[in-house]
Amino acid sequence: MSAGRVGVGVLLAALVAAPFVPMGGMRQYIFHVLIQIFVWSFIGGAWALMGRFGLVSLGHGAFLGLGAYTTTLLWNFFGLTPWLGALVAVVLTAALAVIVAYPCSRFQVIGHYFGLVTLAVGEVVRLLIIAERDWTGGSLGLTVRPAGADSLVAVQFADKRVFYYAALVLWALGLWVWHRVDRSMARSAMEAIGEDETAAASVGIHVTRFKIAITVLSAVLTAVGGIAYAQYIAYVNPDTLAGIGVSLRIVFAVVLGGMYALLGPTVGTALTIALAEVLRVVFGITYVGMAETIYGLLLIVFIIFLPSGIYGSVRDLLRRRPRSQPAAPVTA
Amino acid sequence: MGGHLGAPHFQMLTVTGLTKRFGGFTALNAVSFEVKEGEILGLIGPNGSGKTTLFNCVSGALTPSSGSIRFGAQELAGLTPDRICHLGIARTFQIPRPFRKLTILENVAVAAHFGAAQRSSEAEARRRALEILGLVGLATTPHAPTTLLGAGGLKKLELARALATGPRLLLADESLGGLDSSEMAGAADLLRRIRGELHITIVWVEHIMATLMRVVDRVVVLDHGEKIAEGKPREVAEDPKVVEAYLGEKVVLA
Repeated sequence: MSAGRVGVGVLLAALVAAPFVPMGGMRQYIFHVLIQIFVWSFIGGAWALMGRFGLVSLGHGAFLGLGAYTTTLLWNFFGLTPWLGALVAVVLTAALAVIVAYPCSRFQVIGHYFGLVTLAVGEVVRLLIIAERDWTGGSLGLTVRPAGADSLVAVQFADKRVFYYAALVLWALGLWVWHRVDRSMARSAMEAIGEDETAAASVGIHVTRFKIAITVLSAVLTAVGGIAYAQYIAYVNPDTLAGIGVSLRIVFAVVLGGMYALLGPTVGTALTIALAEVLRVVFGITYVGMAETIYGLLLIVFIIFLPSGIYGSVRDLLRRRPRSQPAAPVTA
Repeated sequence: MGGHLGAPHFQMLTVTGLTKRFGGFTALNAVSFEVKEGEILGLIGPNGSGKTTLFNCVSGALTPSSGSIRFGAQELAGLTPDRICHLGIARTFQIPRPFRKLTILENVAVAAHFGAAQRSSEAEARRRALEILGLVGLATTPHAPTTLLGAGGLKKLELARALATGPRLLLADESLGGLDSSEMAGAADLLRRIRGELHITIVWVEHIMATLMRVVDRVVVLDHGEKIAEGKPREVAEDPKVVEAYLGEKVVLA
């Protein structure tokens, strides 16, 4: 256990010190990839908060898009700082989450059917963004209005290191939330609900309340991730921030890494982003679609042969020995 | 078929004219009976006679088509299962439904934490869960997964989980079929201890009559969704209607 702690400390120190390591011409690119990994890991972790309990959402793009577009539109049209815009976005996302979760819970829409409902919600948000093109720029997307100079109010910085540290903090925050949920009695309640709603209700668990709570938490964190991504890229687009494509990418990354383990979403996200980058560099613009094909094939292979994910499987293998101790959640 | 009057106990549960229809099928037809505080009431009947449906209605898993279920002064019909649990009614399931992703202790602790009328701390819930595991005889491997338990162990876990919610009335859908005779005797003994030590009133469902008859104070017999007999075990066992319902199987009392 203490060896694990040392490992975590070393890893964190390395991540904090990374910006001071000379990287030559690769600097901007490496930061760009790392920031993406942190932000999408955070989003994947938010998704896994629900996914691990059998609430497999195939429409988290809805929350991502709602968050990103709300802050961007409020800034572009009303000059409202993204800090306050994010608050508005969080409230709206929470409301959308309740609108999705409440009827699903009341009418026992679970499993595949829940997936299909969320899939539709994700598409509805994407189509709304495209339809409201006077505001949102439609499928062409929308550039975040430049503030001119580095500005904390506008959350715009020329130096990638600012975003790097912000993304690192965000990622750590996501892990902390995941850990807190994992350690709480609420996790037991959610596991119980995920397995058998009738039995869970019979021991006094308020099924609807728990489902709404975990959906709102997951959706709000996802929206925050979307806002962070939009502020960093300074451009929002309905296809990268809403709809089926991005929703499934989140799911695939988490399933690949392992949705039941703290670092599963991070490992999965890092691997998929790295893989996508490698394939992009190798194939470039020759053989259009080849990168996606290989990406898809690898995912299928992983999902079939490592159902609890790469990280989850490795961890389970390492953990096989000690069984007398109470199954305390491993501190990474 | 009542006829007899017990001691003037407080009436804990009063079921009046309870009817449950599934489409055109009437699973329960105007069933009325009451449960007195401190007794063990046996609820028997052949397979498909409506015993489990009755439990589902009382515990809130199903909404009655008509009729009333009163717990003390509180009407239960239409309340949600978690609300009914908080009022002090716990139930077990005929086929054990453990939470497989939780350990044995977690299964019981989650019930102790969320099932109690007043929410206690998580540590307190775990402590209570251990205590109850001790009572039912499962305290040896609290951190093991539930897959370690056999049929008898799962029944005990089912019971422990229900007891952890701190009920005043326990609906035990026991159905001991599948257990050997010593396990059956143990289960019967356990129910007696639950009444004696925890002062919990019990409604016990079973379709193997012999074991049940030795333990319960009174019996209610259901057949095709209707109450056909009610009374002391010995009287009920002699009742021709009951004998007929069980296809002539005569119950031998010890």
